[in-house]
Amino acid sequence: MAIDRIEATRDDGIADLVSPRAPQPVREAVTAGFVALVDCAPLIVARDKGFAESEGLDLTLVRETSWANIRDRIFLGHFDAAQMLAPMTIAATLGLGLPAAAVVVPQVLDLNGNAIAVTTAVKDAMRRTGDAGDLDRPAAAGAALNRVVAARREVGEPPLTFGMTYPFSSHNYELRYWLASAGIDPERDVRLMVVPPPMMAATMSAGHIDGYCVGAPWPTVSVAAGIGHVVATSVALKPGSMEKVLGVRKLWADRHPERLDALVRAVTAACAWCDDAANRPELAHLLAQPGILDVSADLILAALSGRILTDPGVAAEPVANYLRFSGRNRPSLAGARWYAAEMVRWGQAAKLAAVLDATEATFRPDLYDRALGLAAPASADRPVTLFDGVSFDAGNPAAYLKQIGMAG
Amino acid sequence: MVDTRLTILLIDENPVRSAILEDGLREAGYTNIVHLDTTHELLRRVFSVDPDVILIDLANPSRDVLEQMFQVSRTVKRPVAVFVDQSDTAMIEAAVDAGVSAYIVDGLKKERIKPILDMTISRFNAFDRLSRELEQARSELAERKVIERAKGILMKSRGIGEEEAFVLLRKTAMNEKKKLAEIAQSVVTAAQLLG
Repeated sequence: MAIDRIEATRDDGIADLVSPRAPQPVREAVTAGFVALVDCAPLIVARDKGFAESEGLDLTLVRETSWANIRDRIFLGHFDAAQMLAPMTIAATLGLGLPAAAVVVPQVLDLNGNAIAVTTAVKDAMRRTGDAGDLDRPAAAGAALNRVVAARREVGEPPLTFGMTYPFSSHNYELRYWLASAGIDPERDVRLMVVPPPMMAATMSAGHIDGYCVGAPWPTVSVAAGIGHVVATSVALKPGSMEKVLGVRKLWADRHPERLDALVRAVTAACAWCDDAANRPELAHLLAQPGILDVSADLILAALSGRILTDPGVAAEPVANYLRFSGRNRPSLAGARWYAAEMVRWGQAAKLAAVLDATEATFRPDLYDRALGLAAPASADRPVTLFDGVSFDAGNPAAYLKQIGMAG
Repeated sequence: MVDTRLTILLIDENPVRSAILEDGLREAGYTNIVHLDTTHELLRRVFSVDPDVILIDLANPSRDVLEQMFQVSRTVKRPVAVFVDQSDTAMIEAAVDAGVSAYIVDGLKKERIKPILDMTISRFNAFDRLSRELEQARSELAERKVIERAKGILMKSRGIGEEEAFVLLRKTAMNEKKKLAEIAQSVVTAAQLLG
């Protein structure tokens, strides 16, 4: 009832404005939610650099403090669209995080951008395990961490605690995959807890977590503060991983196909603008504002340029494709199915078939093609490959679950 | 229909608002109320309190921490649902508009939770109104102070009386279509710049 009322009021307002006596073009209203992470950039740029306006949209952006708020406001119709974690859209459609809010994903906002970091004490312990190999490689770092975990268990020390951002997040699955690949059981050998990204560095410096997986710019923030060491980036763990997506309320998408198409065109153009190196300093300043990220423009610029601090006092290393906004904005069903398989792997959902159905209903490359007037590509989706050599066959997720040691 | 045995956990970093709500709940007969004003080790504390109802303010980023309770996990004793009745969109909307979210643990009936939610929503709304009125009173006081200072500056520099100074400020404000306080502020700023 309430939802209908909101939309009806909006439509009425627009009908009034497009009377014959008002010849000037009327911009159609779209409200979208975002959170304080670097990858809210495409939405901010769509609004502030005129991309929404040139598509005839009046884009209103609202900052939220939690993913739960984003989901609830999509459910209530307060937001038509939002920056969302790719896996959270599947969970929202399934009703895994209540309330169930049917969402469609017409486009991807960015790829990668996350990093796993540990405290100085853990990094030192990893170095001391000897034969650590090159700790810059995720597999070697994982093996070293496994030895640290085993040594702690032997002397009866409490398990290490890792922070991540949300149960249905790339961060949760990337962290779990990395731990499990090294032989560390994420449920038994360590503790995982949700920590809101802006609190990650403070929670680590207060000694409540020993490591975390979080998105830009927050890993660099704790390294710059001298307390964290990056041990793996998501681009090394799972190159080309869909990170945040544009999640759209399904009711709204069905009711306003033209506005949806305009929004996808505006945000896709904004993504291309964000990836242009010449625009990065301006983008960093846009995002640094108090109402958006409220952190130093220098740190944001470093994240945008892929200059990643790994250890305090050590010069930043350039990481290719650390965070990308453009080039792969068409939703990837293969990538989405990997998230679906991980949800089943970690017991968040029981039936693989049901999760795959929800994934299909949520990830809509056809909407991307429609908005941009593209024909569906002839070639299949890019395969998902992991750092440890495992390849995810999107056509057969059950086989993947067997391969990683889980009876389908 | 008030079930006073329910344990209510209130997570709110705002001491005034949480006191207002706690008072209301106690007056209504609820005695088992636990208030957390910090979200440090939140999940562990939630489990040790073992509440029937959890109320958390929406601006609190730790909502995402609570969402971890939805997960199939060994640490959770009882299942958790958000808002008793998902079909009751009006109730959810009223709560979100008031700036609060409710988690109801393990199959509590709607009739038992409704008085708690109604109370929470009305107290959160009352607090919001109070804060806005306070903010307005503060800014009015600040405006009055700046107007007094501007009058003093004009009286001294132009050798005029208080009444005349005030008329001058008001006339300028009207001519420039600005607020009296804005004109007064520019007088004060100019005086500071010119020494």
